[in-house]
Amino acid sequence: MPYTDRKDYCASINENFGCCLAVEKLLGCEIPERADYLRVIMAELNRIASHLLVTGVFGLDTGAFTPMLHTFRERERVLDLFEEICGARLTYHYIRIGGVSQDAPEGWLNRVREFLDYFEPKIDEYNQLLSENTIFINRTANIGVLTPEVAINFGCSGPMLRGSGVKWDLRKNDPYSIYDRFDFDIPVGTGEKGAVGDCWDRYMVRIREMVQSVRIIRQAVDGITEGPIKAKLPRVLKVPQGEAYTRSETPRGEVGFYIVSTGEDKAYRMRLRSPSFCNLSVLAEISQGSMIADLVCILGSVDIILGDVDR
Amino acid sequence: MTLNEIVQKLISKFPDNILDSNPEGVEPFIKVAPSDIFDIIKFLKEDPEIDLSFLNLITGVDWNQDNRIEVVYHLSSVAFQSHKLAIHAFLDRKAPRIPSICGLYGAANWHERETYDLLGVEFEGHPDMRRMLLPDDWEGHPLRKDYQFPEEYHGIKWA
Repeated sequence: MPYTDRKDYCASINENFGCCLAVEKLLGCEIPERADYLRVIMAELNRIASHLLVTGVFGLDTGAFTPMLHTFRERERVLDLFEEICGARLTYHYIRIGGVSQDAPEGWLNRVREFLDYFEPKIDEYNQLLSENTIFINRTANIGVLTPEVAINFGCSGPMLRGSGVKWDLRKNDPYSIYDRFDFDIPVGTGEKGAVGDCWDRYMVRIREMVQSVRIIRQAVDGITEGPIKAKLPRVLKVPQGEAYTRSETPRGEVGFYIVSTGEDKAYRMRLRSPSFCNLSVLAEISQGSMIADLVCILGSVDIILGDVDR
Repeated sequence: MTLNEIVQKLISKFPDNILDSNPEGVEPFIKVAPSDIFDIIKFLKEDPEIDLSFLNLITGVDWNQDNRIEVVYHLSSVAFQSHKLAIHAFLDRKAPRIPSICGLYGAANWHERETYDLLGVEFEGHPDMRRMLLPDDWEGHPLRKDYQFPEEYHGIKWA
């Protein structure tokens, strides 16, 4: 389990989430409701943190230094919230099989609300600083155009696929955990500044997803119930014989956990379908014919985490 | 279409090559003969009512007790949310060979290369059958259950 933290270190909680879903599917165990809510809150906070990082670093790739300082300032606040609930700032290992590791400390949910109130206006600030910046638009619009057909054919997922205008988000299209209880939209690329599926579209989908994550967290913080945070499971888990494939939506796309169990306490075979691996494979296809200088931009908009590519 | 109808349609189209199926389990799957994998997946992808156009993953499992290697394809659909199917094919462990489906899915290219790299499955007709993660001159396939980790690699020893 802790290995999934290291795989995609920018979205550890979403990775934990996917892994737990696969094991729980094989075990067939029920998760307490409070744990489900905590999972969703943490996963969406992590999505915001990850998108903030990508947005800032993408600015760096295209030669804009200042936006990174702004996004990292907000990311710091998310990490503070994480530190408070699980003691770690990078590899959280917060979601455990059967629930979560710790309950929210007193006043934590209020501090999440405070953060959201503080954070929401900042998104407009990023739009002024970066999204609507003429130099930035010139560098990203019409660059690295990924058509929806190619995106599906190459197994792209997450903001890559949505940037190409395909309305596909596993939180809505194949709901797991309690995502079907929340009301949120799926932002897709529309080709406002250039062609549908260019670097700007992929970037903008991430910005708009942060707004949706804020919506989800608000609903979750309001709807959370009291109760236990962990299902009762034996110390040594023996997973019944069988196999499971579960997919869930991380900030980078679809992460799949394929587990084959022979009834032992260890998995017989485990294969991770990581979003960065599939998204990166399309790089050669979409960068053909562009300038070398644009390659940096395209790679930045694909948003790979190398730990996630080679696992 | 329900998964049951998809599998029935598939069986009527390929009566001899669908060895086993369970469309209603937790993890719906079919087991097929490896030689016809390309045609079966092509049919599943291109039939507009089935539309399994999204390749989630290709992987392999080494069953060394039974002397077999299993190749697993997970396909899903973007148009129809409930369409998800795993396709299993069993190969001979001594010389595992299966037709490549690179011509159908761009995503298959890297997945097949990784399966070749870690389990030694040869994908016939693959345009670029090199190792994916390990160096080109690496010996053996590490995810085989009887794999012995080498003592050294070009003079580099592991502690």
